Amino acid sequence: MNRRVFLLSGVAGLASRAAVAQAHRPVRVACAADLKFAMDEVAEAFRRETGQAVEPVYGSSGNFRRQIAQGAPFEMFFSADESFVFALADERLTIDRGALYAIGRVVIAIPTGSPLKADPSLFDLGAALRDGRLGRFAIANPEHAPYGRAAEQALRHQGLWEAIRTRLVLGENVAQAAQFAMGGGAQGGIIAQSLALAPQLARLGSHALIPAEWHEPLRQRMALLRSATPTAHAFYDYVQSTPARALFHRYGFVLPGE
Amino acid sequence: MDWQAFTISFQLGLATVAVLLPLGVLVGRWLAYSEFRGKAFVETLFALPLVLPPTVLGYYLLVAFGKASPLGQVWASLTGNSLVFSFEGLLLASIIVNLPFAIQPMQRAFEAIPQDVRDAASVSGLTALAALRRIEIPLAWPGILTGLTLTFAHTLGEFGVVLMVGGSIPGETRTAAIAIYDRVQAFDERGAGLMAAVLLVISLLALGFTAMLSRKAGGRRG
Repeated sequence: MNRRVFLLSGVAGLASRAAVAQAHRPVRVACAADLKFAMDEVAEAFRRETGQAVEPVYGSSGNFRRQIAQGAPFEMFFSADESFVFALADERLTIDRGALYAIGRVVIAIPTGSPLKADPSLFDLGAALRDGRLGRFAIANPEHAPYGRAAEQALRHQGLWEAIRTRLVLGENVAQAAQFAMGGGAQGGIIAQSLALAPQLARLGSHALIPAEWHEPLRQRMALLRSATPTAHAFYDYVQSTPARALFHRYGFVLPGE
Repeated sequence: MDWQAFTISFQLGLATVAVLLPLGVLVGRWLAYSEFRGKAFVETLFALPLVLPPTVLGYYLLVAFGKASPLGQVWASLTGNSLVFSFEGLLLASIIVNLPFAIQPMQRAFEAIPQDVRDAASVSGLTALAALRRIEIPLAWPGILTGLTLTFAHTLGEFGVVLMVGGSIPGETRTAAIAIYDRVQAFDERGAGLMAAVLLVISLLALGFTAMLSRKAGGRRG
């Protein structure tokens, strides 16, 4: 008897899943991790205005680029690095070459109680490396996270890269790097300004803007994928509208055309 | 608190158990009663997921399920969907990962049935199927149940393989274990703590449940 109960519950589980999949489900959007808090607000504003639901999924742009090439069920991709969108466009997985939606900036973020100072010149970081104040310093993984690459370029620009390498703790994406930097595990980190400005992080410490010339610009591009529904198309337009631009602006993004 | 992720985890756990119950009984019984050349190799193969790092397993499954693989292509031509980053792909991965958790306790339980009991069944004229249903499964039941409970609990906890094969797609492949990781990254300590506590309680209940049942079954047998 028990065998039948188990089998039936398994079959029922699968059947209920199929039923949910048939029903109306929100548009799944792959979003670079720097958008974590900003995109939640944009999606919420879109839902209030249109009644349609968009579900942002956050991760590193490099991982999404690979997952989308493998057929991950997203309708839209917000990359933190436009080259990933261009690569997918070349593979004919997007409907076009997309649109620039924001330009990102990086900050040095220091949690309250850290022996480091939020010094935008990174001089204090260099001094801390020499005098032993620095334990761990968080950035995103430069191999596949655009913000990690920007952090590496800024550290190289200031001649700190070689010295700081053994002190780095790498986040899988910039949101995890922010969690490492501000969650008490490290003495600080270089993270996206859009995350540092979010209330959830801002209350944990202080941050300072790193000069934009120290790293390649974080040109963030979005594109609709082949599976995009009309709701996804509507969201694509909404992101370029005035209310959405105002939200991105509040999170410190430089917007195209500014 | 991400209830959807718990739903996915439960569906994955139940579906894995539903597949591994008949599979585990058949393979476990076969390994318990058959002697053949290369048996040690077969047993090693089934035990491999116990010791392989989940990322190694996840990597090979990703390659085996991917768009370029034969399996991925057959699946895509049948369903029009990709096998990786889908619930069905996750289920297939979960079945493979859980093979040793299901098979090993069941094999031990079949091995523990005395040979003269099985001889008596066959002398009494029971067919192999009737002996399995009326003699062996009732005697091996505690082991079978242990295998299923371990499978279910392990499915709820699996992280590395799920992340590599499934990504973290809400309503599709974001299980409770992955959702906890996401909650931490979103600075949602409360959500993460609550979900972790729920998983802890479920694991304790599952293991307590098997301990109780197997004691009952053992008492009846003795």
